[in-house]
Amino acid sequence: MWVVSSRMLSIRNLKTYFRTPKGLARAVDGVSLDIGPGEVVGVVGESGCGKSVMALSILGLLPRPPAYFAGGEILFNDQDLLKFKPDEMRRLRGNQISMIFQEPMSALNPVFTVGNQLQEVFQVHRNLGRAEALQNAIDMLAKVGVPAPERRVREYPYQLSGGMRQRVMIAMALACRPALLLADEPTTALDVSIQAQIIELMTALKEELDTAILLITHDLGVVAEITRRVAVMYTGKIMEEAPTLDLFDAPLHPYTRGLLTSIPRADASFETESLTEIKGVVPSVAALPPGYHFEPRCPEAIDICRAQAPALEEARPGHRVACWRAAHA
Amino acid sequence: MNRPAASPERFRHLRASLRLWGETLRALARSPGAVAGGVLFALIIGTSICFQIFYTKDPLAQDLLARLTPPFWQEGGSLAYPLGTDNLGRDVLVRILYGSRVSLMVGFASVLVACGAGIALGLISGYYGGRTDSVIMRVADVFMAYPFMLLTISIIAVLGNSIFNLILVLGLSDWVTYARTIRGSVLSIKEKEFVLAARSVGTRNRVILLRHVFPNVLSPILVLGTVRVANIIIWESGLSFLGMGVPPPMPTWGRMLAEGRVYITDAWWLVTLPGLAIMLTILSINLLGDGLRDALDPRLRNIPG
Repeated sequence: MWVVSSRMLSIRNLKTYFRTPKGLARAVDGVSLDIGPGEVVGVVGESGCGKSVMALSILGLLPRPPAYFAGGEILFNDQDLLKFKPDEMRRLRGNQISMIFQEPMSALNPVFTVGNQLQEVFQVHRNLGRAEALQNAIDMLAKVGVPAPERRVREYPYQLSGGMRQRVMIAMALACRPALLLADEPTTALDVSIQAQIIELMTALKEELDTAILLITHDLGVVAEITRRVAVMYTGKIMEEAPTLDLFDAPLHPYTRGLLTSIPRADASFETESLTEIKGVVPSVAALPPGYHFEPRCPEAIDICRAQAPALEEARPGHRVACWRAAHA
Repeated sequence: MNRPAASPERFRHLRASLRLWGETLRALARSPGAVAGGVLFALIIGTSICFQIFYTKDPLAQDLLARLTPPFWQEGGSLAYPLGTDNLGRDVLVRILYGSRVSLMVGFASVLVACGAGIALGLISGYYGGRTDSVIMRVADVFMAYPFMLLTISIIAVLGNSIFNLILVLGLSDWVTYARTIRGSVLSIKEKEFVLAARSVGTRNRVILLRHVFPNVLSPILVLGTVRVANIIIWESGLSFLGMGVPPPMPTWGRMLAEGRVYITDAWWLVTLPGLAIMLTILSINLLGDGLRDALDPRLRNIPG
């Protein structure tokens, strides 16, 4: 059984729905996930599976309406974030939970210097004066490996490369040593060599600051690199959740197996093994098929799959899966 | 004497914006068009404030014997009336100089009124959205649906015509343009990731609106504002022509154009010279506005190092 010393963040049966002109979109539909202090948890899934919405739900950054919470709770240190007032939520953001985004090109304000924007975080949460905040900003830039930070603080975002900007974003997010960092595809928009640097940086900072990380990505390589536990999402639900090594060694869900076989592996030979794809496309969460959402794409579907969605059950210690066949195998 | 520690914090944003303006001015100095516009505009403003030191004529004094005297370089002209006289024998130069005060004041004050109201309402409308947005935009629709001249005439008829009322009316009838432009820009800017990023580090809504959104929607407003100053000066002349503007006999560029229109075949200077004054003023403002827009965009700024 998977035991965490104390659950820092505990998402319980979260349901984030959107009212759209086409009907109700169940972007996150009954997700439960725990993150312990200093733990790195990965969430993987194809585009549109609700992983970003989940992160934005935690920070309360979704526009409401159209979004609303149909149920569940998000416990952060045993307090339900969904019940927080806007101002309480604002104080929490950046201070205890912060987030980095996929697109470092547009995540910085083009009309202010990098230093200016970093300073702001210290001024908002630490109530520091300008000079002090600037010094902190320079220190933080040095910490995320930006060369010549004294000079860089005076530069504008357009003067920095993508990798540098993502470092600045990480500096902003970690400025106040938050307990939890939500990383929404932090490496997707970067070159492969820069990706490795950013992952390395995040791992190093995590050790140094003891920050827990919720890593949202569709890159299984990144997940294997730094996470201890992974959840696989599909149409707003968790399909499988397991310790990372366990998931890669013995995936139980056909969807997870599909994801794993659809990426090239270094140890596979080109002659004997070919990449396989998962048939079909991810259905829109606004127009889901009846019954079990993955059933139409599942190569191993059985009769019961058509009728009813399987619940997430523990198949092996610490390894939960939502599949009729896997859970009772 | 012993100020509370929070006090310097209060001026934080002010200082940040002053620094931004310092950089902007330096960038402005590098653009030849903006410098030319700025110098010309400073000259116009300076002249309109100080001309009485050098040229002390009465704009209302009539010399009926010297009616329609041409400018001094033309046959029949004299240095007594450097730019000639109008149909009542009034000095055209001094009337243009006095008119500059009225036109510039009405033009800028109205744009400031319109800009102030439009920017505030547009920012609120675009950023907060929802019901606030609907209410503000429906009021704007009402203003748009109402013919400008009719609105102006009815307000002036009720309030009476004075420069102050004219500024108020021109400003109030023009705020919609700014509010809509700002709202549109805000709608696109607030979806940018840097706004989300600012929210994700716990920045207050008010600070996001003023620091992250406002500077990014400023450039269309600067360009619009400079164009509107020109329009307002022309509207003012139209209203003065109808007797709804600045009360006569105070000279304005607009009224000079309107009155000189009758004599255009005999006395070209009556319309050409005030027209030239309007043109030069507007040209200088536009050059300055264009330069300012470029200077406010850090990507077009040339930063050494």
